Amino acid sequence: MRQVGPAIIFGIAFLALWESAVRGFDLKPYFLAAPSKIGEQFFKNYSRIWEASMVSGGNALVGLVVGTVLGIAMSFILSRYRFLGELITPLAIALNAIPIFVLVAVLNNMYSITSEIPRRVMVTLVVYFIVLVNVAKGLTQVRSTHVELMRSYAASEFAILRKVRVPNAVPYLFTALKVAAPASVITAFVSEYFGGLQNGLGSRITSNIANAKNAAAWAYVLGACLLGLAFYAVSIILEGIARKGEAK
Amino acid sequence: MSALEVVSTSKIFNQGTAKQVDALVDVNLTVNPGEFVSLIGPSGCGKSTLLRLIANLLEPTSGSVSVNKKTAAQARLDQDYGMAFQQAGLFDWRTVSKNIELPLELKGWDKAKREARAKEMLELVKLPEFADLYPWQLSGGMQQRIAIARALAAHPQLLLMDEPFGALDEMTREYMQGELLRICGETSTTVVFVTHSIPEAVYLSNRVIVMSPRPGRITAVIDVDLGSKRNEDTRAADGFFRSITAVREALRGTHAEHAAANAVRGVEDR
Repeated sequence: MRQVGPAIIFGIAFLALWESAVRGFDLKPYFLAAPSKIGEQFFKNYSRIWEASMVSGGNALVGLVVGTVLGIAMSFILSRYRFLGELITPLAIALNAIPIFVLVAVLNNMYSITSEIPRRVMVTLVVYFIVLVNVAKGLTQVRSTHVELMRSYAASEFAILRKVRVPNAVPYLFTALKVAAPASVITAFVSEYFGGLQNGLGSRITSNIANAKNAAAWAYVLGACLLGLAFYAVSIILEGIARKGEAK
Repeated sequence: MSALEVVSTSKIFNQGTAKQVDALVDVNLTVNPGEFVSLIGPSGCGKSTLLRLIANLLEPTSGSVSVNKKTAAQARLDQDYGMAFQQAGLFDWRTVSKNIELPLELKGWDKAKREARAKEMLELVKLPEFADLYPWQLSGGMQQRIAIARALAAHPQLLLMDEPFGALDEMTREYMQGELLRICGETSTTVVFVTHSIPEAVYLSNRVIVMSPRPGRITAVIDVDLGSKRNEDTRAADGFFRSITAVREALRGTHAEHAAANAVRGVEDR
């Protein structure tokens, strides 16, 4: 929070440069909208942007929570039964290698056109892998000194899990959430590009562009940015609470 | 009664494969209660392996290890020994006090008793004001003192240490050696101490066990006669230098033998 001043000045200067470029070079609104016009559209459409944000944000949140819970559960199973990890890891890598968004089109076919489920499943999948990979690493990559020490105390596997592996995995979980939270928002509204309900931020951006309402489309983009930032901020605050007093 | 007895013990890794390593062959060692014994030798001589056999973190291939007349396995289950490593191995997410309480938690002690003992141990290592700090807020030497406090928290009669001062600078190291002798004197703890440093081994020990690699074995046992009261003047005493020379010569013997063995192997390779 210390270096906020220069960042704000830089941001304002960037917007000023943008504004003056649009005016100075007389850039047409269909090419690039001026920040002032985008701001105007943002406040004019404020309630619609808010509603659309709630839809996309709601999908992202559901996927984030479900994906995190499933990812944590699976990482526990994988760290307990290593052979399962060997079975599943190649599949996970293969799934990550395909452009995963195309699955939305397939999922849209499986559910009715008015369903939010395909988008939520999509977010869940993306979050699930991020959480699984990181938490599994945290549960297994514990320092050998710690494990030897616990064995010298005649600690059971369960005690080692509770007192060493789980606390060791906590920072890994929050690292995963810091990546997964913005990713869930991105996934939620990119998923909207593949059809289905036209009520979220992603579909509003496309429809405004289709209607040559460039500034309004940018206003929705701004809404999407704010939504992603909000998710990121919450993940950082949660981390701060969970790791109060510890080393960074 | 001996505090520790190792009888014709061997440890062979990957037995019967191409990667077979004779880490220890036919080792015999008896340590008396209250005695301070150092294990010294070049890398690969099996000194850490021997320590882990005593701790029952490894099982011997043959032979037997007993601690306080119990099997090593039973002694581990009863937490009859404490252990400290080169890395302090403190848990970052626990305060200093909670780190010291960990072995007591696993023994099922209640909170009040644990806290009282942690306080007592912090007094012993002269860091009482650091109870509520986290390990990263402490210097390396302080972390190692906390690790010793943790190893001794359950008042074990035996302390096993694997190069505990190896990562410290020379000044801190000498200070820690003095502190360790004071703490072990006050608690009359038996110590088995693995080190690379000849002066460290001599300064601390009643006996220095010299080991040699390939196969790992004990090649010499040197009694250090510096009395029980040791201080900074001990480091300038004649007896100190005599013992250092004796250990060095014993080590050089194993080194020369080792070099000769390598030279022969070098010829064979061609």
